[in-house]
Amino acid sequence: MLVGAIVPIALLVAWQLIVMLHLIPAYRLPSPLSVLNAGVDLSNRGLLGIDVAISTQRVLIGFTIGSTVGLIVAAVVGLSGFGSRLLSPTLGAIRAVPSLAWVPLLGLYLGINEDSKVVLIAIGAFFPVYTTVSGALRHVNPQLVEAGRAYGFGGLRLLRLVQLPAVVPSVISGLRLALAQSWLFLVAGELLGASLGLGYLLVDSQQTGRIDRLFLTIILLGVLGKATDALIGLLERYLLKRWG
Amino acid sequence: MRLDAVARSFDGTRNVLRDINLDIAPGEIVALIGASGSGKSTLLRQVSGLDRPDAGTVTIDGTPLVGVDQRCAVAFQEPRLLPWRSVAHNVEVGLPRGIGRAHGRARVAELLELVQLSDSAHLRPSQISGGMAQRAALARALARGPGVLLLDEPFGALDALTRLTMQDLLLEIHAAVPATILFVTHDVEEALYLADRVVLLGVESGYPPHSGAVIRSVVPVPGTRPRDRARSSLSHLRASLLEGLGVPTHHPAHTF
Repeated sequence: MLVGAIVPIALLVAWQLIVMLHLIPAYRLPSPLSVLNAGVDLSNRGLLGIDVAISTQRVLIGFTIGSTVGLIVAAVVGLSGFGSRLLSPTLGAIRAVPSLAWVPLLGLYLGINEDSKVVLIAIGAFFPVYTTVSGALRHVNPQLVEAGRAYGFGGLRLLRLVQLPAVVPSVISGLRLALAQSWLFLVAGELLGASLGLGYLLVDSQQTGRIDRLFLTIILLGVLGKATDALIGLLERYLLKRWG
Repeated sequence: MRLDAVARSFDGTRNVLRDINLDIAPGEIVALIGASGSGKSTLLRQVSGLDRPDAGTVTIDGTPLVGVDQRCAVAFQEPRLLPWRSVAHNVEVGLPRGIGRAHGRARVAELLELVQLSDSAHLRPSQISGGMAQRAALARALARGPGVLLLDEPFGALDALTRLTMQDLLLEIHAAVPATILFVTHDVEEALYLADRVVLLGVESGYPPHSGAVIRSVVPVPGTRPRDRARSSLSHLRASLLEGLGVPTHHPAHTF
């Protein structure tokens, strides 16, 4: 924890030094203090809180939908040979589509509103979970599965006894990747059409030349991403204590 | 337990077993031996319900097997314990369906006592030795109080000394809980030490290799258990079984 703080603090000190020594002009690199002030200013006017809240809400909803559907589809593809033959070629092809290609279509179908952004994020969260979990389910030790069957377990009871606990580590890393993807897709969605949110703040700051706000938003995205990742870390600790 | 004309082939052409007839009395210990690939494990899988014969029937107490039968329990060559469960919780997996919580816990404690693992009940499989893991697997198999215990090379992966202790443990368990035991082994010594009868599986001479293994011979082992491991009177049996497995023994013929 403390060791991990060394690099951020050193970066902050270096940043301040560069500004103080005028190595880079202020219109290219704002001082740490001016970034902080930009944040205070925006939040005093009640703007920052809304942007943060709406972006976080989009990520959480999209991530929840995408990763839940991802888990279910992964179970179908990973556990049944027929499900795999039926679905995995199609899903592989959809996964190959660069994700931003969906943005114009979603905008047209759903309008530039909450739905299209949440769906975009859900698509982003779906694939990491689907890919890691279906692969892990396919590689659960067949000897353990057979032992489970030999003791009369089948179907959902077998899933609960053997397969699910065996893939807990993969589920967690899938969720981790999915969450990172969700933030990526959020910014992509908001950059391309939004009137609120951190992505919109980025576009707006670029157009108005507010480099302090650009820095602020980037740092906020990093902090928020890390904070939500820490939630997955809590889930991980709980799950591994039970099944690790 | 009765096997009646049991046959199994894979891909429709590769016969593994053909016309297996065997009657096993309640409480009897029967060893299945055969060269590798002779269908020993396949035969065991037909009885355990993990696989189904193409022809013939397996009956226990006169009623045919239905799928994975509650009356049988299997232990494999590997312990196959779930690594995220403690030893006690792994044994729990073997409990019969619908047993009460308190009753189940008491039964697990009793079984752990029997296989001398009471002190390791809370440990994970990765924290115990191979022999201990195999004892836990044995306890799991015993948990449902099976009439028939099926063991697929249960001690094959253990070191020689542990194997001997496990054999004695199995006999102690059998004395305490006299289940019918059918076990696969590649170790003639083990078969002669444990079993009432030794069944030799193999392809009949003169038949092509994929015609399917049959029972070549059924050898009753004389003497009551526990047997003297060094008893010389079994040496002719040992020699003839080894010959049956295709291993030349260099044992002088007709010395018995």
